[in-house]
Amino acid sequence: MSTKAYQRTYTKLQAITKATVSLDAKGVANDELASVNGKLAQVVKTNGDRVTLQVFSGTEGVPTDAEVSFFGAPPTLKVSEQLSGRFFNAYGKPIDGGPEVEGEERQTGGPSVNPYKRRQPSELIPTGIAGIDLNNTLVSGQKIPFFADPDQPYNQVMADVALRADVDKIILGGMGLSNDDYLFFRHAFENAGALDRIVSFVNTTEEPPVERLLIPDMALTAAEYFAVDKNEKVLVLLTDMTLYADALSIVSNRMDQIPSKDSMPGSLYSDLAKIYEKAVQLPAGGSITIIAVTTLNDGDITHAIPDNTGYITEGQIFLRADSDSGCVIVDPFRSLSRLKQLVQGKKTREDHSQIMNAGVRLYADAQNAKTKLQNGFDLSDYDLRCLDYAKDYARELLSIDVNITIDEMLDTAWKLFAKYFSPAETGIKQNLIDKYWVK
Amino acid sequence: MATKGKVTGIVSNLVTVQVDGPVGENELCYINLGGTQLLAEVIKVTGEKASVQVFESTRGLKNGDEVTFLGRMLEASLGPGLLSGVYDGLQNDLTTMEGVFLKRGEYTDPLNHEKLWEFKPLAAPGNKVKAADWLGEVQEGWLSHKIMVPFKFVGGYTVKSIAPAGSYNIDTEIAVLTDEEGEDHSVSMVQKWPVKVAVRAYIEKPRPSNIMETGVRIIDTFNPIAEGGTGFIPGPFGCGKTVLQHAIAKQGEADIVVMAACGERANEVVEIFTEYPELVDPHTGRKLMERTVIICNTSNMPVAAREASVYTAMTICEYYRAMGFRCLLLADSTSRWAQALREMSNRMEELPGQDAFPVDLSAIISNFYARAGRVVLNNGQTGAVTFIGTVSPAGGNLKEPVTESTKKAARCFYALEQNRADQKRYPAVNPVDSYSKYLEYPEIQATLEESVERGWINKVLKAKNYVRRGKEMADQINILGDDGVPMSYHEAFWKSELIDFAFLQQDAFDAIDSVCPMARQKYMLDLILDICDRQFDFEDYEKCRSWFKELINVMRQMNYSEFESADFKKYNDSLTKLLSENVN
Repeated sequence: MSTKAYQRTYTKLQAITKATVSLDAKGVANDELASVNGKLAQVVKTNGDRVTLQVFSGTEGVPTDAEVSFFGAPPTLKVSEQLSGRFFNAYGKPIDGGPEVEGEERQTGGPSVNPYKRRQPSELIPTGIAGIDLNNTLVSGQKIPFFADPDQPYNQVMADVALRADVDKIILGGMGLSNDDYLFFRHAFENAGALDRIVSFVNTTEEPPVERLLIPDMALTAAEYFAVDKNEKVLVLLTDMTLYADALSIVSNRMDQIPSKDSMPGSLYSDLAKIYEKAVQLPAGGSITIIAVTTLNDGDITHAIPDNTGYITEGQIFLRADSDSGCVIVDPFRSLSRLKQLVQGKKTREDHSQIMNAGVRLYADAQNAKTKLQNGFDLSDYDLRCLDYAKDYARELLSIDVNITIDEMLDTAWKLFAKYFSPAETGIKQNLIDKYWVK
Repeated sequence: MATKGKVTGIVSNLVTVQVDGPVGENELCYINLGGTQLLAEVIKVTGEKASVQVFESTRGLKNGDEVTFLGRMLEASLGPGLLSGVYDGLQNDLTTMEGVFLKRGEYTDPLNHEKLWEFKPLAAPGNKVKAADWLGEVQEGWLSHKIMVPFKFVGGYTVKSIAPAGSYNIDTEIAVLTDEEGEDHSVSMVQKWPVKVAVRAYIEKPRPSNIMETGVRIIDTFNPIAEGGTGFIPGPFGCGKTVLQHAIAKQGEADIVVMAACGERANEVVEIFTEYPELVDPHTGRKLMERTVIICNTSNMPVAAREASVYTAMTICEYYRAMGFRCLLLADSTSRWAQALREMSNRMEELPGQDAFPVDLSAIISNFYARAGRVVLNNGQTGAVTFIGTVSPAGGNLKEPVTESTKKAARCFYALEQNRADQKRYPAVNPVDSYSKYLEYPEIQATLEESVERGWINKVLKAKNYVRRGKEMADQINILGDDGVPMSYHEAFWKSELIDFAFLQQDAFDAIDSVCPMARQKYMLDLILDICDRQFDFEDYEKCRSWFKELINVMRQMNYSEFESADFKKYNDSLTKLLSENVN
């Protein structure tokens, strides 16, 4: 953001809110950046000569005679191989003590890929976690969030997934990360010796919330550089998107927009879609996969943030503490990977999808039995077998601590089926029963 | 001279323009951004200020930038070559665009102007004609594409001349028509029509009388949709809306399928144009792509064009309907379109209705659904547009404005249910709450009684009743416990489970089970009803459960086997055997 010779300076603000300032100025372009007493701001509205700026770091201490100068360009990021291994703040400035990155300056939040030029995602991303690989298989080019309550270890699981995934670059976009979590990611990446293939853009809870709005665009501009220009497989981690949406609602509220459901702006769906739809399988081989975190309020997925997210993303991974097995598990009912059928049985063994369905159906029967038990009713023999099966299934397959290959997951499932059920009770196709049933 | 204007205000994609002359509601204009022309549509006029919604990102736009009004509304180009096309919401051809990324202000022509078509005249000089009458035809792939008197032509015309059979491109004059005042009008193979206006160039729109077979049992048997009918699929995310819609698109008995991907995921569109060129239409054996047109305005494409996308798709359907084809329009999802309306209404600071949606939402939705229908063309032939929209209710709660407005407009209701989806009972259509009004139409009943069998409607109602009873029994069993209810409750519950597992559930990813023709649906329903009509005498509920489970397993294997194949017969025999073991 270098100072340009032709820029004009204004010194009279007409209105100030916690997140925005308004002033009279001419020749201002929509979306362009400005500085308000040295604080970075962006044009969000013009009406005649009245210009409204969103001030990223908040307007504390901004006086009506603040100096405002316009940069004549929207937010940009300098991209090159030098990004690798580096940590940046929301403005793309290094926070790791290293030098500024040199490279081509690109506008963030750029255009969308022509849908006709996309390719169908088809490459499996194995994670070793059976709750994901077996029941909710991930595919490169997919976008999928973790839905988790704030007390669940979503950042740890996400770091595990990222480090086990076979990708060329990992880009971390941290929004409202606690300082501890920021250091956790840093150490996890360093310990894995993977630092050179990681780029991080981080906004911690110590920094102003509106700054978070810049993080996804920064991270995805870097991702597009590696995926489009370098044809690399890029995995983008965005945590926590709920805090991003909260920041959106702060700005829209300050701009007097009529809120829709849950005080969120009416454009929440489009705002989130613009980010998530950057996930893509490109024709030249590069890809962007997005794994995000959306924290929930007490498991409530009907709130506007997880609800809109669910309609945009290609499924969701739902974490839940399971009291029967004592593990944190990937909830098989609420979790879903919409792209799983693109790889199941194609990149994995033929029995994959039938095993998945049978395993979950029997687990559902166990939940029904559990309800009966809680209501004080006698359980049938089948109910009892289901309950025993559910415990083993949760411990050996659904738990996030599992780290095995997909063939091992399938074999484990067959073993559990044979231990507790007859072939007919599983409802699996006869030809697969003939081939795989453990006698 | 064209009206000009200057930009005076910008909030996201809502731009205020100071104009120097007359402007019309919904008139289009170009905003000049440093040489790039951005298309926009007038949505409100106050004095000399016009509010326009821009179909592109407004990044970099400045006050004072010049605006030129075009004197016309958003129009679709209609002519041979639309079939198999992939367009954006404004009907730009996405396949001819350069580069991987969409470029602002890049507009491509929907039709190929060089390509030659083999034209055959159908009218002769001296014929009296009116709008939508057929003048000639060209072969577009497998179909005979009619060249019509443009829909815009009002009143009667006389054919003055018509081109002889031969190869022409779409811009060649193929006929000259003389109007009642004696003025001549030139007609080519391409015509334009404003997308937000319904095409009414037909004699009448009678009540639907045929069903449109989809191969999905829970639709065709339980809640059939009529040819020319309307339906909608509301459901929370993850309940299989898209899978069900794609199943209908693949298997629906229609000549032409237009898919409007409105504000949804790009990868879903990719699935269509990756798989459809390979997949085969079960009714004709041709490739699916040969009957499909894709209009896609995915969720990351400009919001304002979402609204345009459903109208463009409907206009293309109406165009082919006027040629006597049966068209099926699928829009996923109409909620995104409603949200686009909400965003604009909000930016214009209109007084909001429920959930901040504009107050005329219900009227807009009803008007749109009303464009579907079976029509009698000028020449007595018929054509149809069947419309099925999906709705994405916020929080999965069906008591929200878009679902409620749509329920008033659509005649079939396929309610997807979270609970069924959680249990992987797909398609997760709630068998009790869902309905098809068409099942009550005497015309439809008569057709079904004839095409399937006499007494079919009663069978369907009976099956529905078994399901409803089973659900009531399940509630009782849950409250009172397995031992607390008589055996007959268990029996009734398991009969409904049999209907659910062996009939209502269907594997959309299995090559055989995914498509179930009507004859096979009838065969299976007969088998199931025969079992349900029997009275059993189980010793205890455990025996009842395990016997029905075995039954269900055998019938599922039947569903997975080729109809009337050796495997199918084998499972059928074991079913008979199971039944004979439990004769009462």
